[in-house]
Amino acid sequence: MSNTHADTVLYVRDTMLPQSEPPASTIGPAGWAKQNLFSGWLNTLLTVVSAAFVVFLLYRLLPWFISPTWGSDSLSSCRALFEEIGRDHEGACWGVIRDRWQQLLFGFYPAELYWRPILSLILLMVALAPVLFVGKVPAKMLIFSVIYPFMLPWLLWGGTVWMPIAVIAGFGVGYLVFKLVAKVGPGGLAAIVATLATVLWWLFLTAPVAYGLASVLPLALEPVASRQFGGFMLSVTIGVVAIACSLPIGIVLALGRRSDLPLVKWLCVGFIEFIRGVPLITLLFVASVLLNIFLPPGTNFDIILRVMIMTTLFASAYMAEVIRGGLAALPKGQYEGADSLGLDYWQAQRLIIMPQALKISIPGIVSTFIGVFKDTTLVSIIGLLDPLGLANAIRADTDWNGIYWELFLFIGAVFFIFCFSMSRYSMYLERKLQTGHR
Amino acid sequence: MKKTVFLGALTAAGLAAGAAGATTLEDVKARGTLNCGVSTGLVGFSAPDANGEWTGFDVALCRAVAAAVLGDQTAVEFVPTTGKTRFTALASGEIDMLARNTTWTFSRDVDLKFTFNGVNYYDGQGFMVPKALGVSSAKELDGATVCIQTGTTTELNLADFFRVNNMGYEPVPIETNAEAQQQFLAGACDVYTTDASGLAATRATFENPGDYAILPEIISKEPLGPLVRHGDDEWGDIVTWTLNALIAAEELGITSANVKDMSSAATDNPEINRLLGSEGNLGEMIGLNADWAVMAISAGGNYGEIFEKNIGENTPIGLARGLNALYTDGGLLYTPPFR
Repeated sequence: MSNTHADTVLYVRDTMLPQSEPPASTIGPAGWAKQNLFSGWLNTLLTVVSAAFVVFLLYRLLPWFISPTWGSDSLSSCRALFEEIGRDHEGACWGVIRDRWQQLLFGFYPAELYWRPILSLILLMVALAPVLFVGKVPAKMLIFSVIYPFMLPWLLWGGTVWMPIAVIAGFGVGYLVFKLVAKVGPGGLAAIVATLATVLWWLFLTAPVAYGLASVLPLALEPVASRQFGGFMLSVTIGVVAIACSLPIGIVLALGRRSDLPLVKWLCVGFIEFIRGVPLITLLFVASVLLNIFLPPGTNFDIILRVMIMTTLFASAYMAEVIRGGLAALPKGQYEGADSLGLDYWQAQRLIIMPQALKISIPGIVSTFIGVFKDTTLVSIIGLLDPLGLANAIRADTDWNGIYWELFLFIGAVFFIFCFSMSRYSMYLERKLQTGHR
Repeated sequence: MKKTVFLGALTAAGLAAGAAGATTLEDVKARGTLNCGVSTGLVGFSAPDANGEWTGFDVALCRAVAAAVLGDQTAVEFVPTTGKTRFTALASGEIDMLARNTTWTFSRDVDLKFTFNGVNYYDGQGFMVPKALGVSSAKELDGATVCIQTGTTTELNLADFFRVNNMGYEPVPIETNAEAQQQFLAGACDVYTTDASGLAATRATFENPGDYAILPEIISKEPLGPLVRHGDDEWGDIVTWTLNALIAAEELGITSANVKDMSSAATDNPEINRLLGSEGNLGEMIGLNADWAVMAISAGGNYGEIFEKNIGENTPIGLARGLNALYTDGGLLYTPPFR
């Protein structure tokens, strides 16, 4: 055989060719473009048409965007400026953003106290870091994450520092009662009594204790009324509370819905289906209008608090279903495996089921978060001045009446930053938790 | 975890509730601020400026009442309300008075159980069309598409007007005035209808106001005024007579500039003296200080000053006094005597 081969082949190279660069048409920007944009006649056509469309859009929009109106202080002065420089077309009147950006961010929050919401936001990042970036941040910082929910209302609303401390003390009271009762009675009874004691402490003793301590040692921030909240600060506050509370409540509801105990199951199903069957607007109207009628006259149950509760309930119902999807996606073997290891229900959930179910649900959870955050703009319908509500109020100023796109573009851009970062984080988390299922 | 915070706040709310339950006047005095419901934003009538200070024609009335009751025109908590939340906010006690360009109608007064305290602006519904449409009267609008704000009396008036005149129209429902402006300018509707004051304010913001015409027909009566809950007549009287004091002040020539001089010493006119408290005891009768009217007038001036400052002919809105002039000038403002 080899002989025949040697006869038919005239020349055999006996050294390796040196490696050479790939052809110029397949590397670099040119290669990328050839591969991705011009790989066939159809794609080439589509590329050209899309490029022409983008150029057309930019050609029409850019002149509107590039407009030397940052310094103007009313719509009419913008128009006078256009006249002066001889522009025949309308341009953006950016003066409204310069004039009102602080109001769009902070609402009517007193300007000298802006540091409080800003500090709250920074501390929120610090509190979230150990949760979001497990392993990269010292786990001891979790202590701060636990304290933060009590600090947040104090920073935003102000008042005496003893209020959050007295609220935290409720846990101490519960723990003490539990220890005392557990010495004489069964553990279950102790848990019930301790819970009862904690709730009673919060309901009846927190305020007197806090005010008592405040009169001895007045450490207080200047109080800020809820009515002064507005703009993105309001959206972010409502959004963060709803997001933070809806995840744990959603997990509990999802587990409850899959529970074997009929009462628990039907309660959870009823709650989820009721909330999901009602638009958020309806819930907000209940918060703003119906509660007002049912509560005794003169009751001053903070409107923002009511809205937060309603948004949280709304988000929890959706969260529950997203997480139930994750639970349903787990193969039965995982449950059986947990049982065969002798784990009890909570151990199995904590160690085996939830970590996997939550990982599967990450995209759904994050899109629910983003949805909730954007839904906060609905509060403008009940008269709270969120960014959209404020845009309306700003337009009611005679200086800025007639301005639309500048405000909406600014609001849209800020919302985009928030939502896009959430979505990016979710992708990071997915990559990090990937253990080879796909 | 965070439920605890809610519970804490609930506690505080519950304690605060215990303090309430007296008359509105006592509540306001105990609270030290007046909760006044205003529009979330209506050009000339109520709007927050860059510092968060509310200004406007309706806002000025809130300030006058606060000044009359508490002696401080800044002691007002402005509660922005929408067309949908305004009545429940008032009925539930969240606000003490509503000054939100609200039309005084039979059913609102009787069925919704409110008391209107007079009229601070006589408005009427009008139509605005592009001049290019070639329409000179509202009677020629058969088959037109009409931009109309939902949930307002204007919607009902529109239906009545077209039915009476045997015409058809196609409504384009919109939520806010801002949306209407955009829709109208974009040509989504031929006609925009709302209160004539709103039309004037809207047209003033157009780049080419001259291209649009407001038709001569005013198809409805829209007496806009402040209102309070039924059943607390003392409080209703205070709002009514504060408004009357502002109108009477214009009639009597009392302005924010001269009110201090006129009140410091009795003048020749006994009605001025009674109004400003240097004679008689009107303040005591109404349950306020003797200088209540002085405070109300110095807050933002008399009715005419408030009008000129917020919506008058020298503002971009440029409304003429029209029906809102004193009866001596051919308008409808006529206040009962202070006696």
